[in-house]
Amino acid sequence: MNETAPLLRIEGLTKAYPGVVANSDVGFDLHAGKVHALLGENGAGKSTLVKMIYGLVRPDSGTMSLRGTPYAPVNPNAARAAGVAMVFQHFSLFDALDVAENISLGMDNPPPRRTLSARIREVSEAYGLPLDPTRRVGELSAGERQRIEIIRCLLQDPKLLIMDEPTSVLTPQEVDILFRTLRQLSAEGTAILYISHKLEEIRALCDGATVLRLGKVVANCTPAEKSASELAELMVGQTLHAPSREGTEVGDTVLTVKGLSMAAPHAFGTSLKDITLDLRAGEVLGIGGVAGNGQDELLAALSGEAPTARDAVTLNGAPIGHLGPNARRALGLLSAPEERLGHAAAPDMSLTENAMLTASQRKHLAHRGFLNWAAARRFAQTVIERFDVRTPGPGHAARSLSGGNLQKFVIGREILQDPGVLVVNQPTWGVDASAAAAIRQALLDLAAKGAAVIVISQDLDELMEVSDRFCAMNEGRLSPARPAEGLSVEEIGLMLGGAHDMEVAHVAH
Amino acid sequence: MIRLEKRPEPSRFWTAATPILAVVLTMIAGGIMFALLGKDPVAAIRTIFWDPLFDPQFAAYSRPQLLVKAGPLILIATGLALGFRAGVWNIGAEGQYIIGAICGAAVGLAFYPMESWIIFPLMVLAGALGGWAWAMIPGVLRTRFNTNEILVSLLLVYVAEQLLASMALGALRNPEGGGFPGSRNLQQYPSAANLELIPGTGMHWGVVAAFIAVIFAYVLLNRHMTGFHIRLAGQSPRAARFAGVNPTRLILLCLGISGALAGAAGLFEVSGPAGQISIDFNVGYGFTAIIVAFLGRLHPVGILLAGLLMALTYIGGELAQFMLGLPSASIQAFQGMLLFFLLAVDVLTNYRFRIGKGAIT
Repeated sequence: MNETAPLLRIEGLTKAYPGVVANSDVGFDLHAGKVHALLGENGAGKSTLVKMIYGLVRPDSGTMSLRGTPYAPVNPNAARAAGVAMVFQHFSLFDALDVAENISLGMDNPPPRRTLSARIREVSEAYGLPLDPTRRVGELSAGERQRIEIIRCLLQDPKLLIMDEPTSVLTPQEVDILFRTLRQLSAEGTAILYISHKLEEIRALCDGATVLRLGKVVANCTPAEKSASELAELMVGQTLHAPSREGTEVGDTVLTVKGLSMAAPHAFGTSLKDITLDLRAGEVLGIGGVAGNGQDELLAALSGEAPTARDAVTLNGAPIGHLGPNARRALGLLSAPEERLGHAAAPDMSLTENAMLTASQRKHLAHRGFLNWAAARRFAQTVIERFDVRTPGPGHAARSLSGGNLQKFVIGREILQDPGVLVVNQPTWGVDASAAAAIRQALLDLAAKGAAVIVISQDLDELMEVSDRFCAMNEGRLSPARPAEGLSVEEIGLMLGGAHDMEVAHVAH
Repeated sequence: MIRLEKRPEPSRFWTAATPILAVVLTMIAGGIMFALLGKDPVAAIRTIFWDPLFDPQFAAYSRPQLLVKAGPLILIATGLALGFRAGVWNIGAEGQYIIGAICGAAVGLAFYPMESWIIFPLMVLAGALGGWAWAMIPGVLRTRFNTNEILVSLLLVYVAEQLLASMALGALRNPEGGGFPGSRNLQQYPSAANLELIPGTGMHWGVVAAFIAVIFAYVLLNRHMTGFHIRLAGQSPRAARFAGVNPTRLILLCLGISGALAGAAGLFEVSGPAGQISIDFNVGYGFTAIIVAFLGRLHPVGILLAGLLMALTYIGGELAQFMLGLPSASIQAFQGMLLFFLLAVDVLTNYRFRIGKGAIT
């Protein structure tokens, strides 16, 4: 419907952060009554873009106009006043308060409680979002919590509603309810900007789509006219190819996971379902998938942070499922979790102390429980030198390092412990290009020396570059592994579970 | 506009300087409070900080009191600091102190009037075990049922106080005391008495134990894996789990150590300066030790100094009460100010002040 004047026009928006251009010359139009998808991989710049629209981030250059008048919100209040509302991926709700109290907390001039409760009931019935204003938030499901956020937005009577990955925490039934609401809203003339990387959802719901890749608009299209795999190709680019590597000698199976199931550790976690994989010496196994499909849980199960059934994980033929992280380290199974600050490293501790954190056994940094700080310092210094970590010295706190440098330290700390098996999650997330290349090279070198490596990542380019075999995680399940070489974008898209989502969407109608 | 800006790393200078700054600010604010009460602020501050140590008239009595009062504070605070470092909040040291005193005294009284060198060590052991067991109640409830150890340990203080009263009136009452509440005086029972080791210094076995605990805690925190895990768990629980720390074991260990040390402190007090189990035996060392632990920045050496400082304000405060007629509540307010200012200026360690308008990022 490009003949009508757009509700929101975005032109030439650019935003750069140190080391990365998040958005470069991004422009598109949003029309009243249309659902528009913003599509892209993690790190493509979707979040930065919507934060600019919602007044959380100011663009370096470029303009926006709302109904023909210039629009440059200085903060979210200004955006809301202009009729722009946003539902975030992560909710900001207080468990101990009830629904009406939570909604009133987010309002500038909350009406009296009785009026508000009546309004909440009214809106929730009008849009088919069943919600009792007196329920305590702590008792609600993720879908119901999302309804609070949506109703909070609808009470402002928005002209444009931004939804950031709304279905990532929903059950298929809840997705169905949400879609009906969104269709009703758009029929009433509200423009909806829908951010997702679930392709089938977008095909089912959206009237138009803008595809972002590395901060740039690579395509504008009508999703219903494209197949899921065509959209995936637009999203990840045509140039997915595995670089031919020096022929690695693949040895015997060292790590086996068989029938591993694990309940979700917390409400927003993913339960692992019957995961089976085997890993041979000298190979890199890439595990792709959209965030929140069980990657963190799989890493915890492999590192030993979340002990599993004894026989679910075997290392060199011996069952290790019941062992904790240190016992697994002693046997040569090392890991590097995704979250650098607070998980892989303690932010306020020095690099020396952080070296002690995982390397005390394999580098003999402790004797009968007494710590050898001089040796830990030497080891930290070695990691700093070998992995080109930019820091004045090992005495500095982990949090004083940039993300990329700390990541080099964390990966280096594990690699220099000479692991038999190394499991890394998102090894180059938020890391600049040169550091990312160095980390990938180090992982390949480790495999070339005969270690087995599992790389969990959402970056398909990265996985194609380093993997010998590839498999995908979707909703806690792991697909069978396939040789990475010769794998087409289409096949990868299907492995990532696009087709799986489509079934659900059809059932939902 | 004044803004707080987070420092990339904690400032070493301010880590050391903030306690001194807090003491200075307390003196100023306390001086103002004393002036408002119609007393000479300089005389009041001098009476609290200077006279107990150097006044020719009072020092002979006050100086030994310094170690007598600092001993239990340091011993308890050292144990508490280990837990606080790990994020385990034992607020009920007062109760563990009472139970330690009851258990230790009970063992001593059971042997009365037998004389043997083994009795006192047995009492120490019983005192520590009593405190340990009392601390295990919040420990087990926390690790089994995920209750809040702050509340449970605090409420158990009041249970312990009732037990103390019951013991002083019942099971442990002196049969030759003419019906008065309170146990036999352990000071008059040589095998069970915790006497001054060097006359005129106030040094007793509890003070020795406090010094040993400080050294032990220092070595544990700086040179041992357990201490490293304690610090790690407090700063970054997920990283601690990644490093292989078992949270349950750590919680029980921290509560156990702090309980045992508080219990031992109670025993040293009941067999020494206090002499007997009485209804009002406890005077709040267990609560004041929380202040001492934070005043000492949860560092063993800092706690040593903070314990001595706190003891000084106790003794000096008493002195000011009867020399200048200051109300006792004003002395407590003065001590409260010390913790208040310490926590307030603590922000300088991790933040710096910036004046001017900041850019929104």
